[in-house]
Amino acid sequence: MPDAMVELVGVNKWYGAFHALKDFNLEISSGERVVICGPSGSGKSTVVRCINQLERHQKGTIRIDGVELTEDPKSVARIRSEVGMVFQQFNLFPHLTVLENLTLGPIKARGLSRKDAEARARHYLERVHIPDQADKYPVQLSGGQQQRVAIARSLCMEPRVLLFDEPTSALDPEMISEVLDVMVALAEDGMTMVVVTHEMGFARKVADNMVFMDAGETVEQGKPEHLFTNPRSERCRKFLSQILQH
Amino acid sequence: MNRAFLPLTVLVLVAGCSSSQNWGWYVIDPTTESGWTNVKFLVSGMGATIQISLIAAVLSIAIGLIVALPGLSEKRGWRLVNRVYVEFIRSIPLLPMLFWVFYGMPIVFRSMGLNIPIDPFWGAIITLAVSDSAFTAEIYRAGIQSIARGQSEAAQTIGLNYFQTMRYVILPQAIRRILPPLANQFIYIVKMSAFASVIGMQELTRRANELVVTEYRPLEIYTLLIFEYLLLVLIISAGVRWLERRMGSDERGQ
Repeated sequence: MPDAMVELVGVNKWYGAFHALKDFNLEISSGERVVICGPSGSGKSTVVRCINQLERHQKGTIRIDGVELTEDPKSVARIRSEVGMVFQQFNLFPHLTVLENLTLGPIKARGLSRKDAEARARHYLERVHIPDQADKYPVQLSGGQQQRVAIARSLCMEPRVLLFDEPTSALDPEMISEVLDVMVALAEDGMTMVVVTHEMGFARKVADNMVFMDAGETVEQGKPEHLFTNPRSERCRKFLSQILQH
Repeated sequence: MNRAFLPLTVLVLVAGCSSSQNWGWYVIDPTTESGWTNVKFLVSGMGATIQISLIAAVLSIAIGLIVALPGLSEKRGWRLVNRVYVEFIRSIPLLPMLFWVFYGMPIVFRSMGLNIPIDPFWGAIITLAVSDSAFTAEIYRAGIQSIARGQSEAAQTIGLNYFQTMRYVILPQAIRRILPPLANQFIYIVKMSAFASVIGMQELTRRANELVVTEYRPLEIYTLLIFEYLLLVLIISAGVRWLERRMGSDERGQ
């Protein structure tokens, strides 16, 4: 598959004796939106953390844009420049302003001038609908605003793939939609996205492929409609009925 | 027995203060010419004590960071380097280490064909800096580890390398937790610099010792010495509190 943007083949990951990923396979083509769901401890976060090498997989192959990830720091540096990540806990830098949070990577890692980096930062703050918060510190923002800053921070690196690790799980309910709106807009612009989430409304709206995981394995995958209406496995049916009844 | 002891002590002290037989503050009485000369002689050690302490503290802060970083590595080998250094260095009492550096190291250098003399000034600084660095290294390690893991992960995902992550993300946040214990170590260095007197460094304690030999008034002279150190430590404490206030005064709460 030459046009696979992200490709995981037979990936295994252990944490000590715990087998977190078992011969995991996943293929994501350019512009595709993949939603991963499953019960906690099923390995869904581990998948995205392996894709950007925050966790090193022990067995199997991960290729980003045709380049295989190896122990070689160069391969890791390369994927870091193509893969962005949004965390559950935002992980903004509390000692820096919003603008400084956004320009740090472009200036230090990409060598942009401060002027260019700030212009880029303001452009992406506009896109996440908080252009007027640039000079505040993260602690002065609401959770939803902080997560949108975190999304803008990732976008400032102009990645080709954006990973989301439960981006709305730490948010108060009334702030979830403002973050999801931004993510839907990104999806509509053609960003390649891998999203770990339990937001099934979001999945239904944007996902091209939905993966249901349990115990480190893919139990079922396909179009969200298909999984919602006609799941083949009992585990998937049970899980979805539990989170959809709310 | 106890009841009799207390009035007796008070009596002795009062007698001591009133009788010039037992107390001789005249040796450091600045209103007399010889007393003023003595005070000037004693206080003139201040410069050396401050210089030794400051340079040793700066070196210790730098060495401590260099030693702390491998201790935070995921690689076992790097962590071992940190452990061996910290455990070994902090187990050596200051005085033997001072002797080893001052008398021993020139011999080591000569055996390597190098002619590097070690004077009391640098001998004291090297000893204090190295000895203290084991403790500053542990302070850095604890401070850095107290910053949530998500911070370095986020820094990695926006392409920062290890040193950029430390420089721009971790250390600026850790410094507020590191600074107070680091100030403690600075105070420790100032006090331990007194040991430099035994290798002939002309600092506060050495001056006091020399005057005691000629004046025979240990009580008064060492009392003044204690207050000289107290003054230095109070100045450092005030400086650190000022620094902490300044760093905590902006809006950058955690």
